[in-house]
Amino acid sequence: MLELRDVHSYYGHIHALKGISLSVEKGEIVTLIGANGAGKTTTLRTISGLLHPRHGSIWLDGERLDGLPPDIIVRKGVGQSPEGRQIFPRLTVMENLEMGAYTRNDKEGIRRDLEHVFGLFPRLAERRNQPGGTLSGGEQQMLAIGRALMCRPRVLLLDEPSMGLAPLLVETIFNIIRELNREGTTILLVEQNAAKALAVAHRGYVIETGHIVLSDNAANLRQNDLVRKAYLGET
Amino acid sequence: MTTPTTSLAQPTTTLATAPSAWRDALRIGLIGGVCAVLVALIGMIEAFSNRNIIAGVITLGTLLIIGSAFLSGYFATRSASDSPRAAEVIGRGALAGLMTSLFLTLLALFVNAVPTIRSMFINASPALVQLLTLGQGMPAGNLLLLVVGTMMGALAGLLQLVPPVFHRSLIIGVVITILIGMMQDLLRVTFQNWSALRPVSNFFFTSNGLAPAGAATIFALAIVFNVVWSQRGDRVRAGIRSLPPAQRRALNLGLVIFGGIILLALPWVVGLFFSEVLVNVGLFVLMALGLNIVVGFAGLLDLGYVAFYAIGAYMIGLLTSTSKEIVFAGGWSFWAALPFAIAVAILAGAILGIPVLKIRGDYLAIVTLGFGEIIRLLAQSDFLKPVLGGSRGVELIPKPAIGPFEFAGPQELYYLILAGCVIAVFVSLRLKDSRQGRAWMAMREDEDVAQTMGINLVNTKLLAFMIGASLAGIAGAIFASKLAIIYPHSFNLLISILVLAVVIIGGMGSIPGVILGALVLVGLPELLREFSDYRLLLYGAALVLMMLVRPEGLWPEEARQRELHEAEEEVSLSEKLADDEELAREGATG
Ligand SMILES: Nc1ncnc2c1ncn2[C@@H]1O[C@H](COP(=O)(O)OP(=O)(O)OP(=O)(O)O)[C@@H](O)[C@H]1O
Ligand SMILES: [Mg+2]
Repeated sequence: MLELRDVHSYYGHIHALKGISLSVEKGEIVTLIGANGAGKTTTLRTISGLLHPRHGSIWLDGERLDGLPPDIIVRKGVGQSPEGRQIFPRLTVMENLEMGAYTRNDKEGIRRDLEHVFGLFPRLAERRNQPGGTLSGGEQQMLAIGRALMCRPRVLLLDEPSMGLAPLLVETIFNIIRELNREGTTILLVEQNAAKALAVAHRGYVIETGHIVLSDNAANLRQNDLVRKAYLGET
Repeated sequence: MTTPTTSLAQPTTTLATAPSAWRDALRIGLIGGVCAVLVALIGMIEAFSNRNIIAGVITLGTLLIIGSAFLSGYFATRSASDSPRAAEVIGRGALAGLMTSLFLTLLALFVNAVPTIRSMFINASPALVQLLTLGQGMPAGNLLLLVVGTMMGALAGLLQLVPPVFHRSLIIGVVITILIGMMQDLLRVTFQNWSALRPVSNFFFTSNGLAPAGAATIFALAIVFNVVWSQRGDRVRAGIRSLPPAQRRALNLGLVIFGGIILLALPWVVGLFFSEVLVNVGLFVLMALGLNIVVGFAGLLDLGYVAFYAIGAYMIGLLTSTSKEIVFAGGWSFWAALPFAIAVAILAGAILGIPVLKIRGDYLAIVTLGFGEIIRLLAQSDFLKPVLGGSRGVELIPKPAIGPFEFAGPQELYYLILAGCVIAVFVSLRLKDSRQGRAWMAMREDEDVAQTMGINLVNTKLLAFMIGASLAGIAGAIFASKLAIIYPHSFNLLISILVLAVVIIGGMGSIPGVILGALVLVGLPELLREFSDYRLLLYGAALVLMMLVRPEGLWPEEARQRELHEAEEEVSLSEKLADDEELAREGATG
């Protein structure tokens, strides 16, 4: 469904992605794991059009995405929950969610999706009129995910949804990711928490300094020596 | 004596008794004193002493002298309202007031002893000494000033101890009395136009300042009204809200009609001179509403906004002028030229917008600043003189007319500018609550995230620049036909800065705030001609003060108020953590 073919991205002269190829099939959860600075966020930014690749191509259901501006890519069905819960701090929870549905016009559908998001995150419903910036870290993460859902994405890109959350809350977030996938959302999940990510994902890729060094199904990756040493902290 | 350790343990109760609080009072008194000396040396006290606030009692100059002591006392005691010991708060206020008045006293003694100082500070005159001794001559007046200053500081301290409602009411009472005293010319002229109101006018005003009894009445009314409103206001508002919709709509309609009638009657009520002031205020309201869309809604800092004002004015000038010196002088009517003026301003907005699409923050400010200067220099250049008139400008611009009715004087032009402002308010209100308004708000918060919500940054930015430019273009068009002649130097950087100051002081993004800002920054100085020399200084001071005391502006927009007061209303960090724990527990069980 979503496919990257030999994608190279640069920040000025910094060669951040050195030929990334990966694919996400419909209905899958695919995880991209890697150390700090490996290029995970850069990969997601390249997919969503905030960064344009210099070489390679990106495809969504046979349509080329690379080179298109971000707002068009969202309309094509790629939703993103950015790294570090970048919600709009001064807008209320409700306004943040409405911003997520910016590309849509179907009032009825938006209302239903709002209910759906509030169903997934009852805490957001309680705080609907509170400014996003005054939410707790966990609530902000929920808001970022909920906002990404409001554009009805066919593919949802999640950048470290568990970052900085207490262990119990991490559990909650991963439960919701699983739930979303059961409802039919295809998910590309970037994570530092490799153990949790590999537990929910069907397949995974390991990225190191801009290269994909490993790819396999999640069960095999969990057994892999390199993954166990470097990312699962086992000896 | 408290030891440092106990004061650490109980910060709120012991802080007030700590010696550092006294030191703070001393420091603030000192700062106040330096400021007051500066104000005296640049001649403000003397200039303002010609303006009687209350006839025979106090002038604006004297008010500055004793007001500086009061303000020192006020700021020295501001954070100590929860202090257990009243005497101490009053004492600290008194100390700060004494310090400030001591500086002024020393200044008086110094100027008196070294008259040659005048060659350096031209305002250090005997008249100033006279004012600084409160008219009582040398030793006695010095002592009097010190005593009055101390009392003022103590009074400010005392004010911190009364309940907040009264505290606020008293301050509002004083401010309103002073404001009415400053605007006496306007009010008196207005009252004199209606013979029935003349006795009222004579009760409140003398020919020079408020009558003492009138001042007392205004003060008392302001306080009573404020106290009553703070107790009953919520109930009144709730009452209005609980009215059936039909009645509420009728009430709103009534208010709008009432406001409309007042606005329409205004130029004839206040007379010719004040209509001129109104027209100038209106021009700035129009421009500030436009800049508010760019800066307030979309968050794009534009320092070259005057360019669009200039373009609107020059387009009208060129198309309508009958001058022989301009090659392309069109001799059109105002109405025929207006659409072109607006269109060209919009085009200029797009032309500025395209190159700055990728530029953010400080860099954007610098580029737009340059754009404004380029437009002015083009208008001034000798090269374009045959077309744009060079530094001699464009002359013979006719007045707009509808049939036989000509917008000849300020009282007629007022309606033109009022129409412009009404359109601008309408456009702003509609945009603010629209999809476009939300796109701007999102872009203002975070451009990248806004893009991933599906917002097209190019269109969103360009639209902000273009709408902002169109309103400035209309203002420029009216400005040109008002003056009948325009010069390049009318369109200098100061206009951009003033419009920006209006937006910031009024409240970025807030429509009523921007209107209020224009009234305060443009209207007040024109009512007080003594201000004119100090206009820029006062703008600067007002901006600094606003940023320190009330950064969200006089009448803030909701979202911005939220941002700036987040820290206050925000749940503390530990509370947030507790929230997260609770959340996790819910998740684990659910
Ligand atoms: N705006 C930028 N300008 C220049 N270099 C950048 C920029 N953003 C990222 N980089 C560089 O690109 C590389 C990849 O960064 P990226 O943010 O993709 O890492 P990441 O895998 O998401 O890491 P983390 O897990 O810490 O979020 C890093 O070396 C980083 O320094
Ligand atoms: Mg990252």
